Formats: sequence, C-alpha cells, structure tokens
Amino acid sequence: MHSDVTQFDLAAPPSLQAVLKQLAAEPGKHAPIAGGTEMMVALGAGRLQQRSLLSIQHLRELRFIRVEDRLLHIGSGTTFTDIRRSAEIAKHLPLLVQSASWTGSVANQNRGTIGGNICNASPAADTPPALLAYGATVTLVSASGERTMRYVDFHLGYKKTALRPDELLHSIHVPLVFGDHRQYIRKVGTRNAQAISKIALAAVAKVEEQRLADVRLGAASLTDRPVRCSATEAVLSGASLASDALEETIRLARAALAGETHAIDDIRSTARYRGAVAGNLLEEFLRSLAG
Amino acid sequence: MPQRNAILGASPIRKEGRAKVLGAAQYTDDLALPDMWHGATVRSTVARGYIRNITFAHEVNWDEFCIVRASDIPGKNVIVHLMQDHPCLANGYVNHPDEPILLIAHPEKAALLRALKNIHIDYDELPGVFTIEESEAAVKALVEKNDDSRIIWPTPKADYEGGPNCFKTYEMYSGDAEKTETGLEAAFETADFIVEGEYATGAQEQLYIENNGVIAECFYTQQGEVESVCVRGSMQCPFYLVHALTLVFGLPDDKCRVIQVETGGAFGGKEDFPSVIGSHAALLAMKSKHPVKIIYDRAEDMAGTTKRHPSRTRHRTAVRKDGTLLGGTIEVTLDGGAYATLSSTVLSRATIHASGPYKWPHLRVRSKAMATNLPPHGAFRGFGAPQSLFGVERHMDRIAHTLGLTPEEVRRKNFLGTGDTTATGQPLVDKVDMQHMLTRALNEAGYHEKVARFAEENKHSLIKRGVGFAAFMHGTGFTGSGERRLNSLVYLDVLEDGLPQILVSSTEFGQGTNTILSQVAAQTLNLPYEDIRLAQPDTSVVPNSGPTVASRTAMIVGKLVERASLQMLETLRLQVHLPADHTREEFIAAAKAYRAQYGTLRASARYEPPAPIFWDDEKYRGDAYPGYAWAVYVAEVAVDMRTYMATCTRFDALQEVGKVMHPVLAKGQVEGGVAQGIGYALYEKCVWKDGHLANNQMTNYIMPTSADLPPIHVHFEEVPSIHGPMGAKGIGELPMDGPAPAIMNAIENATGISFCTIPLLPEDIFERVQSLGHPHGGTEDLDPSVDRDTRVEEVSA
Repeated sequence: MHSDVTQFDLAAPPSLQAVLKQLAAEPGKHAPIAGGTEMMVALGAGRLQQRSLLSIQHLRELRFIRVEDRLLHIGSGTTFTDIRRSAEIAKHLPLLVQSASWTGSVANQNRGTIGGNICNASPAADTPPALLAYGATVTLVSASGERTMRYVDFHLGYKKTALRPDELLHSIHVPLVFGDHRQYIRKVGTRNAQAISKIALAAVAKVEEQRLADVRLGAASLTDRPVRCSATEAVLSGASLASDALEETIRLARAALAGETHAIDDIRSTARYRGAVAGNLLEEFLRSLAG
Repeated sequence: MPQRNAILGASPIRKEGRAKVLGAAQYTDDLALPDMWHGATVRSTVARGYIRNITFAHEVNWDEFCIVRASDIPGKNVIVHLMQDHPCLANGYVNHPDEPILLIAHPEKAALLRALKNIHIDYDELPGVFTIEESEAAVKALVEKNDDSRIIWPTPKADYEGGPNCFKTYEMYSGDAEKTETGLEAAFETADFIVEGEYATGAQEQLYIENNGVIAECFYTQQGEVESVCVRGSMQCPFYLVHALTLVFGLPDDKCRVIQVETGGAFGGKEDFPSVIGSHAALLAMKSKHPVKIIYDRAEDMAGTTKRHPSRTRHRTAVRKDGTLLGGTIEVTLDGGAYATLSSTVLSRATIHASGPYKWPHLRVRSKAMATNLPPHGAFRGFGAPQSLFGVERHMDRIAHTLGLTPEEVRRKNFLGTGDTTATGQPLVDKVDMQHMLTRALNEAGYHEKVARFAEENKHSLIKRGVGFAAFMHGTGFTGSGERRLNSLVYLDVLEDGLPQILVSSTEFGQGTNTILSQVAAQTLNLPYEDIRLAQPDTSVVPNSGPTVASRTAMIVGKLVERASLQMLETLRLQVHLPADHTREEFIAAAKAYRAQYGTLRASARYEPPAPIFWDDEKYRGDAYPGYAWAVYVAEVAVDMRTYMATCTRFDALQEVGKVMHPVLAKGQVEGGVAQGIGYALYEKCVWKDGHLANNQMTNYIMPTSADLPPIHVHFEEVPSIHGPMGAKGIGELPMDGPAPAIMNAIENATGISFCTIPLLPEDIFERVQSLGHPHGGTEDLDPSVDRDTRVEEVSA
C-alpha cells in the first residue's frame, strides 16, 4: 500500500440529489467512486490524486436495466455482473454481455460498474467498443439539470471526457434495432482472464444481397480513446461480400482501418502488433459474414 | 502385524492444511510484538553510480524515526551467501536499481510513506550493463582497449576467481580433458552434419502469494551492548539467515536465533533473500530498541528481490546422419545480476544438466555467470536446469529437422540407459528406461495420431496446432560433495504423552514438508499419521537439517527421518522391550517407560551416503547427484494466426520419481509446476528499464490464469532409489524443467517456425511471421517441414 488512507476522506451522501449538490458546491474537489475497482488500485499504487471521495455505490437510482420506447436503458451504477445476468441485455445486446464477462475477476465484476468503466475513460476499457458499435447515447446529470449526448462524442481524448466536474453519468441508452444485424466482438488481451486489452473490436452490420449495410465498428486501444472506426465504416458501406469481390473489400477495409489506427507501444504490446491484429479481427468479421 | 498400513504412498490430509483452510494459520503479517515498529527500505533509483548526497527534507520530523545507515552496522556490511561481495546496505556506491541504501522505522506504518517521499538521494551516475551481451562487451573493451568503464564487478576490486564481470566459470568434460578435446576434433572432422543453435531464456519472478516479510528483535546486555538478535519470518532456510546475521552483527551462531513462521509460497524466492530483509529488520531493531516488522508490498517485492537467472546456451554438435551424437560443445551463460549471491551454484546445476539425458561420446561444457546492473538473480525452482535443458531439448529437435529424422528418432538413438555413464562420468546403477518413458508419454498424449492429424488440419485453418515433447532428468539434492558438506542432522523426540515429534530445519511453504516427513515417521514407527508432530523450525530448538531446496527434503531429510525412526524403535526394543509388531498403545507405553527411566528420549540421524558417492570438484567429474528423477513431457499447442497467440491446449507429464510419497501432493506439485513452466514459456516477461523492473505488478507481469491453462495429465513411474526414504527421489523441479522446450517444440511442429527464445509472446510470433513475409498471417508457406533457422554446415566427405 503506497497511500496513507488516513489522508483521504470518504463520504456516502444518502441520495443522488445530495451527491450532485455536493459536486456542484465544490466542483473538482470530490471524486465520485462506485465499485472502486480502478480507484482502489490507484490508491494502492499511491497515484490516486483526489483526496475526497464521494461514494455513489449505494445509490439505487443509478442501478437499473429497463426497456422503454424501443431503447434499452442501463443505469451507470449497473455492475458487470448485473449486465451478465440480464435476460434483456442478453437478448438484445449480446456484445455487451460478452464484453462485461471479460472484465477482471468475478469479484471485480460484482463491484465494478458500467458507468465507472466509461468514465474512467481508458482507451483499453472493455465495454466501450460494444456501446460504440451499438450507437449508444448517454445522459449526464448535475444539480442544474441533465443532458443527453451521443456516446461517440463523450470521449474527447486520452482519459478526457465531456463530463463536467459537477456532473455524473446517469445512464446509457441503446436503440433496440439490431435484430437483423450480424454481430461480432473479440478482445485480444494479455491473457484469457484478468487481462487488459491489447486490442478489441466490436462490429455490427447488415448483409443484404451480399452487400454490407449499416456497418458500425467500435474499437479499444486503437487510438488514445475508445473509438468508432468511421472511415472504415464508410469504405464498407455498400461493399460487396460476393466471392469475386470479397478479397478487394477486405483489402480496402484493412487499409481504411490502418489509416485510422493510432496505436501505441506500451508495456502490454506494440503499435505494430495492435495495428496488424486489428486488421486481422476486421478480416475475421468480414469473412464470417461472407461464409 | 496389526497396522502395517501404507502411510507413505497414501494421501493423508496436510498437517497444516486445516489451519490454512480455516484462515487460522498465522503468517508474518498476522503477528505483532509489543511496542513493535514498522520498517521500510530506501532504495536506489539509478542502476550504477556514486551516492553524492542524501537529503532529509525538513517537512518531516526525523526525530520520530529510526534511521539506519551502512555505518551503523556493528559487524560486516555484507550479506553472505557464497562470497562476501553483496553489501547489506549500499555504502557510497550502488550497483543496481532498487538497491537498499537506508532503513527507516517508525511506530506508525503510514508515517513511513511520507518519510520515504522526503528522502532525496543524488548520484554521480556511471554507465551500466543490463544484458549478458553488454557485460561481455564490457570485458572485451577492457581487454582490447583497457577501457574499464563498464566493469561493474567485483566492487571493490577483490580477487574473485571469475574475473571482471564474471562471477564464476566451469569447464566440464565427458572424460579426460585432453582425450575429449582430441575426440571432439575427430568427431567434428568425421560428422555427417554439424548442427549449431543458440537458445535464450528470460528472467522469471517466483510470485509466491505472500510477499517477503520478517519481524526482528534485538536484546541488550545490562551494559547496553547487543547480546543477541532474533528474526522470525517467511523463509525456506532459517540457518542461512543465522549465518548472515552472525556476520552483520559479529555475533556467534547461538546468539542469532531465527524462527520460520507459516510461509505462503517460496519457489526459491525465499532461499537467499530472507538474509537481506532479515538483516535489515534486525538492524532497525538494534537501533530503535523496538521489535521491527518489515513487510514488502507486491511492487517492492517484485522490483527488489531475486528472479530466475536469464540465460543463453549455445550448442555445436557433430552427428551422424542416423542421428547418433558423435560429440558436442555447449556454452551456458547466465546473467547473475549485480552480486554473486547463489549464481555459482545455479551455474553448476545448469552446467551438469546441459547434456540432457543423452550419451555423448565426447562433450565439453563451458559455462559462466556474468554480472549485470540488475538486482541480483537468485534461486528459483529448477535452479539453472530449466535454462540449460531448454537449450538441449530445443537443440535435439533442431538436429532432427536438420537430419530429416523425427524428434523421437534422434532421442531414441542417444538416450542414456541403465549401466551407461552420464556426462560427468557417473555410472547409472539404478534402472533407467527412457525408451519406455518416451513410448508411454507419447501414447498417453496421443502424440503420433495428433502429429498426423494436425498436419492435415493445419492446411485449412488459421489455428495451427502442434505437439512437441521434452525428455530430461533432474538431480536430487545438493550437487556432488554438497550433501557431505551440509552434514545434515535431524532429531526425533518422544514427548511426555509418549508420542513423537520431528525436529528439523526443513520448512513447510506449501509444498508438503510437514506432511511427507510425518508420513515417513509414521510409516517407519508404525504409528498413525496423526500422532506425528513437527517442532516449529526455530534454530534455538531444531538441528540444522540443511536448507529446504533442491527436493532434498524428500530424499535426504526424509531418509534421515526414516533412520532416526528406526533408531528410536531399536532403542525402545532394546531398552524397554517394545515388542516387534507393536501397537500404538504398546509404543506409547514403551516410550513413557523409557522416559520414566532415562528422562528424555531423542533419536538422531546425521547424513551419510547410503552408497558411496565420488565427486571431484576440481575436474567437475563424478557422481553429480545421489539420484536422478527422469521425465518426458508432451505439450499440445494451438497458435492463432490472427492474434499470433500460442496457447497450450493439453499437457502430459510423465516422471519417474522413485516413490510417490503422497499422490495428491505429488500431482499438485506437477500441475503447479507445469503452470509455472507454461508461464515461463509463453507469458511471464520481465520488462527491464535501465535495470528496474518496469512491470512490477500482477496486472502487467502476466502470469497465466486458470483460463489460460490446459488440462494437465500427470503420470508417474516408480523405480526406488537407495538414497531416499522407501525409494523416494525428487519431484518439485521437474515440472519447471520440461514445459518450455516441449511447448517451443510443439509450436515449431504447428507453425514450421523454430523459436529459440522465451518468453515467446504474441508480439514475438507476430514479428517473426512478418519477417517471413506473411502480412496477413496467412497459411501460405508455413510448411512445418521447412526449418528456416538452422544453420547447417554440411561437411564435405
């Protein structure tokens, strides 16, 4: 333990309103903490900057999964285990269930929340690629009101988000329009469990008469933030999967993906490896559609 | 006989198992002494240089702290292992990152954090060497240009035998040196093929669950002089720490007491290192006049303590085209880190095992351990053998591919058998049947069927599957004359209740010492297993039965417990007429009667070889070990060409271990070791940054999880050895020796690419595949029958 816990404050306001009020009163002073699976690691390593923590783990109003208006709504306090156990999510958003199963250990999944996973804003986070591919929106709340934005606009840079210091991520919304889509997701981590992504790709697309439509690609560790691969999507839109065109489609798609890849060398992997494997995953997805 | 039931060979519940399962077992950090303080270590942040200045920032009230410097050491500033080159605390000069410079203690553990942040050390940095190659280049610069700027050892310039940057060298011949050289010359002259190869292995962290930790006390005379010290903690070898303390404090043995407490794993990582942390805590206890506890956290433990020695092995082999080995030269080089520690003995084992289980008509092994500015490397399960066995077992496959033979054919041509002599000239008197071992292991694994099937399936799949194996041996106990030098002693007492207690310094750290020694005593004394107790390893109470290393606990100490038990029975039979086929009640009655008459009852046994063992340390020839365990391991792998990730998908481990003492523990040892071996081969990479371990966390030092491990099938054979209790030899090291070469051989079988460096990570496979011209990792040209790496000199007739 490289931190002195006596130097930290922890409060657990009784309601969401109370939390928001405190965040608004002293913006930037307090850090919300839900499952703590990221922040406790930072605490142990002595690199947790915030000294005042506000627990939101107990807030029931942030922990829900419900279907309403052809949208699936997930509260930010929903744990990975909640997601894995939800019949609704399994039915409509299998990629999200899959990505929730990747995170840490069962103990991590029991505590860690989807809101924390998003707000921690790691480029390697597990659930963002699926949420990006599914075209999610997010609702942010503060004492002064709420706003909803496209999730793809939420991540502004490395560990930078659109969240203001007085705001909390309230919920995530996914349109239930993927019944006819083919879906693919794969994570390449340092090992098969308790691993951080070296690269991950989530993909959904429609195939109509051997042509691709509504292609959406979300990726982890491809750039400095979770990212939607829009250039590649554009190349693939309307592209042919017919046997005489497939190789060319794959070649163009790989080239487009390489063009929007800005991977890095770090302690887990290399930029070259990440770039190549991202292309391989994309190719695997496309071949599975053709096959 | 009333109860001559087989206790040895059964699987009774572990002696300390109940307490561990219930959470009642007390580990070092569970203990507290009255008025105990907490200690911490101030470490170097550079790899090499002179300490210019140490500043204590005024934000901290330093009066509250106890601070120990090198100048406070009452005896010698040294951690003794085999040499005395390793300072207890750096004094003016540092030779590796994370080297201890100062020690601090405070009543509150949390206060140490702030204090550590407020001590600043300035250095005049010197250039470092961080690999075997850089260390060798530094020696070359010295010889050729008289440039000693990167000669980092010995410091200070002492006269150690290895020479500049070299801790130790060995030269080992399969026979008389001159005759072997002549034989080698002829072998290379007449060989059909000469096959060369270079093989390299990386460092590996032991990753015991419980980090290093100790609590030390210091006692004073009425005149205020240090009278004695006592250290309790997590360790393998209490008497090693006693030895270290005697030098640091200038005290006699009996004034340095060491107590082993429940230890949460070790794997060699608590063989030599407790001498460091134990001496540190004792120094703080001396100066603060309080008991002092030091517990490392994971990051400090990983960055500051020992790892497995990285290695490089070079083979040059003369072979006939039918696969017969005609002669060979092997060079083994280890990276020892910044100080000598145990490198010379690790190197010795690497040297002796370098030949593998084969007949070499002429063989020369040259080996050396080089100094680098990494934290000292130390003991780790296998102790040098995994490194050189990796070389020889990869090389055997390379020879096979060069000759167009199967890996099986080459090995069968050359296996050692009963009556043959090993490369050190040791005649194999006990039965050795590697031919049968190989047949059985390959059958258990379905090897031949898989070789054929995978070759077909791989043509149409991006998942390339393959099988490979390694054949090897591991010597049990200390090398050569080592056991005689250790001169181990065990006691067996009968306590007031008429039941026995074993007294040994052999420690339990998860591997089963308590259980197997109790089994030996119970079996020999014809008592129930539950009746046998073990004294806590406290050097003021137990005799020195030697260090708990090298599987010597099972074979050597087990045999001593057996002998002490027999001696006790003899005493009771002679003196108080214990009947020949006694019951438990008769034993208790006899033991009590003896105690009533004589006061105490103690049997003791001191090591003497059951059969003559000859060893010549000068020539490095003779009986290297009292016995060898033999093994054939078969690995099955799948390499995903989309992710370049190699996964071990099935593992079969067959070993001949003399006698399986406890089937459940034995199987567990093999399974756990194979998992560690898979980690060594495919996952665990130490990322060094100027000598500092950059990935010193379990999140980025990638150890395989259960989700990464295959079904491990464990198979045993038993050929009893006269040297062990009821024939037992060693088990613990085998599963560390075999997996890495078996897996690399399987990957070559799967992909046609020969990888010779471990750990082999997906990024390495990717770069290799790229370099071979497969931008998409496609299947084309990955013909397993083509070897792109072997350098072959075809000798013209």
